[in-house]
Parts: sequence; structure tokens; C-alpha cells
Amino acid sequence: MAPDTTHVTHATPDPAVDERATRVDGNALAGVLSALFAGDPTLLTLVCGHCARSGPLAEAVVERDETCAIVRCRGCTRTMLSVMIGPAGDVSVRPAALAELRSAASGA
Amino acid sequence: MSASAWLKAHVSAVVPLTAHAGSLLLDVPDWPGNLPGQHLDVRLTAEDGYQAERSYSIASFGPGTTVELAVDEVPDGEVSPYLVRDVAAGDFLEVKGPLGQYFVWREAEPAPVQLIAGGSGVVPLLAMARAHAASGSSAEFRLLYSTRSPADAMYADEISRREDAAFEVSWVYTRQAPDGWARPAGRVSEAELAALCWPPARQPSVFVCGPTSFVEAVADALVRIGHAPERIRTERFGGA
Repeated sequence: MAPDTTHVTHATPDPAVDERATRVDGNALAGVLSALFAGDPTLLTLVCGHCARSGPLAEAVVERDETCAIVRCRGCTRTMLSVMIGPAGDVSVRPAALAELRSAASGA
Repeated sequence: MSASAWLKAHVSAVVPLTAHAGSLLLDVPDWPGNLPGQHLDVRLTAEDGYQAERSYSIASFGPGTTVELAVDEVPDGEVSPYLVRDVAAGDFLEVKGPLGQYFVWREAEPAPVQLIAGGSGVVPLLAMARAHAASGSSAEFRLLYSTRSPADAMYADEISRREDAAFEVSWVYTRQAPDGWARPAGRVSEAELAALCWPPARQPSVFVCGPTSFVEAVADALVRIGHAPERIRTERFGGA
């Protein structure tokens, strides 16, 4: 087995980084990411990874059939992501030219 | 209430709107109410278990568990002919919603509102006009309704009845105008959009709903006229 160099690197953290960042796990993001995933997804802002245009998902170009939806940038037509709808109603998202996915300000 | 749950819907009444469209009144006990302009998904299950889902705009708004859908039949469609021709009071459907908080009018918005409908795209805009009439909003509304002919116009009587100083209506007929109508039948032009809609200087909120080609032609023309793209909200339907 190859030596775990990743572990070695992280085991000797840069003290400058350590002052700002706390190394935890994904559980810590439950609250923060609910702003992104718990609301109406059509209100999320998508930023195109190709031309940097931004706009709500509601205004993106969508080509869809029963099992798949391709979400394209309205500016440059590049595919930002695709949505797969499985036979059991399971849904998966495959990011493509997507630079950013942003929620509206919470106002809090 | 999760918006992703399928809810039982009991058809309480079916009302024809045109020769090829009808409204369905649904009693949905678990409906949480909806904003004007939202839509829902309908799921039909055949006896062999085959399921089909489609999205339909909601003509009603507000709290309450009675939901009014309006459906225009898509020739050779899989779901809409059933909903327009075969569904009867007493039938059950499944619905998921309300869906979409982008294409909605909120009565706290003071801006004048320009509604632009192509065909059955009038349905969510009617919900906004109904909400406006029922609210204390002082926002002034205008509707431009592009339809093939007078006989194809959904909710024509109600729209005419609602017309007043705070809700101005312009009719555009694309294939057959009424007798004596000055304007020849044809698609709405950029000059007509400039003349009949709120001017950009009034900074209206614009809602455009209809078939994809209609919405894209109208939205592009509105931007050329000078409307800010971020003030133009659109909802397209493919008609499959």
C-alpha cells in the first residue's frame, strides 16, 4: 500500500490556516446548507462556469423528457447541470459547467 | 408540509372553458394554500400501474383546500386530453405542490404589473389578477392576452368582467379576429408591445407566460423596448 501522504500533509497544518479554519465534518453544514436545499430550488442563482452569466434556475433553458432534464445557460447555451429522474422517483444532479450555486440572502 | 409529497385530490367539479380546455375544481384536504402564479404537478396512475406526470398552472390563490386548475388540451397529448375530456366530478387524482416561488405576484409589491399571456399561459396570470382584485393593493395591472381567436380565449367572460381602471385588458388575436375588429389577425408586434404595455419608465413588474416560442419572442422584444431584463419574469411551457 502506498504511504498516505495526504494524511501526513494534513497532520502538519499550516498554523496560519489553523487560526481561521476549524476542521470538522459535513454534519456541521446541516444548518448552513439548508438555506440552499430546503427552499424552492427554482429561486437558486446559477452562475455559468463558461460565460459567468448568473440568473435564477427559473430562467435557465431546460430541455427535458421523462427521465432527464438538461439545464443550459441562457447566455452561452453551455450545459450547467443535468437532472436525472430515476424509475423509483430518485433524483440526481450531475454538475457540468456550473461555477456557483447560490441562495438568496436569508434576510436574517 | 413537504412540497414533495403526493396529495390526494378529489375532483369536485369540471367546467368547460373552450372547445378544447376546461377547469377542474379539486378538493385537496392537505393543500397548504398557494401564491398567485404557482403551479402543481398532477400524477395519473393507470390500472396497469403506468404513471404519467404533468405540470399545470393554478388559477386559484390563497389559503383554503379548493384548488382550481385550468387545462388546455394538447392534441395527441398523454395527460391533457384525459383531464379535459374524461375526468368527472368524483374522480381522484394525485397532486404535488404548490410549486415555484419565482413566477408569483406578491401583493406587497407596489410596482405596476404587466401581464402578457399567450394561449393557456393566461391561467397563472388570471390567478394574479384575481389576487389583485381581492387585495388592497394599489398597484395598477394591465393584461395583454394573445389568443388564436375569441373562441379560444380561456376565462374570456371573467377577464372582461374584471376589466376596470386598475385592470386594463388588451386582446390580440393571432388567427381569427372578431367581426369588425380593426386589427388584422397576427402575432403581437414589438410596436404593439410598446404601445399596449406599461412603458419602461414606469418600471413595471412584467410576467410573461405561454408557449416557449411566444415567451422568448415577447421577452426579447421587451428588452429591446427598454424593459430591464430582471423586471421580466417568464414561464414557458412546451406543450408535450
